[in-house]
Amino acid sequence: MGFDDWILSLHVLSAFALVGAEVIFWIMIVSLWGTDSTGRVASLMRVSQVGTVLVSVGSVGTIVFGVWLAISLDAYKLWDGWVIAAIILWAIAVELGRRGGQGYGAAGMEAQRLAQAGTETSPVVAETFRASRAFQFHTVSSVLILLLLIDMIWKPGA
Amino acid sequence: MTGLLASVRPDSWNLPLFIHVLGAMVLVGAVTAAVVAQLWTVAVADGDRLRRFSFRTLLFVAIPSWFVMAAGAEWIYSKEFGETEDDPTWIGIGFITREVGGLLLLISVICAGIASRKSKSGLARASGIIAAIALAAWVVAIWAMSAKPG
Repeated sequence: MGFDDWILSLHVLSAFALVGAEVIFWIMIVSLWGTDSTGRVASLMRVSQVGTVLVSVGSVGTIVFGVWLAISLDAYKLWDGWVIAAIILWAIAVELGRRGGQGYGAAGMEAQRLAQAGTETSPVVAETFRASRAFQFHTVSSVLILLLLIDMIWKPGA
Repeated sequence: MTGLLASVRPDSWNLPLFIHVLGAMVLVGAVTAAVVAQLWTVAVADGDRLRRFSFRTLLFVAIPSWFVMAAGAEWIYSKEFGETEDDPTWIGIGFITREVGGLLLLISVICAGIASRKSKSGLARASGIIAAIALAAWVVAIWAMSAKPG
């Protein structure tokens, strides 16, 4: 096994962390859809914390090791069309995902605080866990990540 | 040799590879969510809720995605190694972790289902540990599939 094989392996593991985190967030969103219960949201905060760590590691790992590979491997160049497309998709997806995460994170913190204080329902939670702005950001981010995966596998123009 | 994911391959291999990889990614995400929910319960009051969450995640997301991953694996295998008799090491690792991981996943779902229905925290913990072992095996498989040792 060469050094580039290890870098590719880390790149793919990072991609699994990134998409795996997206899946975790989707499972939570579907599971909590339409709820106003602070207790239900608070109980899943640990799961969301793991998702947050995975999405951070996955986002940084995919771009760092991906750019490394594009520079290191003779077959590809950083200015290849599919590589540029991947970088643009990654940047937009990460930013939209961050904005969506901010919305869900704020609602989660609020739910946790209210649940500890004994308040069982919250309009903020109810507002967030349906077709909210955070949901829209998360949806578009996920679609872009899916396109990114398609770009990585098909490598159009390579 | 830098692996299949970094290479330009025949166009006909892309769709099966995409299905295999996407299924595996969903599988890893779903099992991670279920493991965390089973093993990282903070408040006792959350127990029932998290056991139900974990069971449904394994049953409705992890099991279907395992089948998608496995179907994609067979498809890409038939295209890439259809006529050969000797498989490379990384293929062997992939097959073993797929089959053993699938069996562990099935046992984990059954344990999670009983734990969710009968509020048994010990069984829920066992389900989480079994799923975590499968998850660890699949991380090794991801490394093997991408780095292709041997």
